[in-house]
Amino acid sequence: MSVRVQTGDFDIGVEIAAMRRGNPKIGAVASFIGVVRDLNEGDRVAAMTLEHYPGMTEKALEKIVTEARSRWSIYDALVIHRVGTLKPGDQIVLVVVTGAHRGEAFDACEFLMDYLKTRAPFWKKETTSEGSRWVEARESDDAAADRWS
Amino acid sequence: MKPDDSRITTIEVLYFARLREAFGCDSEQVAVPESVKDVAGLTAWLRQRGAAWAHELAPGKPVLIAVNEDMAGADTPIRSGDTVAFMPPVTGG
Repeated sequence: MSVRVQTGDFDIGVEIAAMRRGNPKIGAVASFIGVVRDLNEGDRVAAMTLEHYPGMTEKALEKIVTEARSRWSIYDALVIHRVGTLKPGDQIVLVVVTGAHRGEAFDACEFLMDYLKTRAPFWKKETTSEGSRWVEARESDDAAADRWS
Repeated sequence: MKPDDSRITTIEVLYFARLREAFGCDSEQVAVPESVKDVAGLTAWLRQRGAAWAHELAPGKPVLIAVNEDMAGADTPIRSGDTVAFMPPVTGG
């Protein structure tokens, strides 16, 4: 299992190749990439800055990955989350899950994203034509996370 | 006679994102009376400062609190030397 918080970009091809190397038993790789959109609540987004709680963030992500591994029989999981200032089109988050079969890999990948969005201490601040503003948490994200409880 | 230090609890308090901006600081050491024994007690003590603290930490406001980097509840105990973080609901991903 691996959890990384970084300012730099990531390459999904490189990450998946590293996870598959030497693991011929892997039959399924499920992944998710979150990307900065250029529009939010009707305003053009020029940039987005991600703040986090260094130390707690890594612990929270590791706890979420441990929870996924206890619920599904998967081989490995990777979470990379970027922080700092990003622009529309930039990648924010990567989740990759490997397993023997697709069902568990898909479910674990979705669970990891749903839990990350409601439990990991990251905050987004958008810069738009109207100025800067903190992104509000959404009830739909809580509902998505509640599905798994 | 020396003052009785055992009656004071020293806590490191951290503020993130919107709360950091509202309070104008990202961390502080607070010395609270020993009657402050849990997260709810510390929140009420900070709220008594009024102004932004009363507003942002008002009952019912969605605020997440972590004690020593673990998510906590209102009844989570706090002890001298603990680090308590006040955070808005998270918006990562």
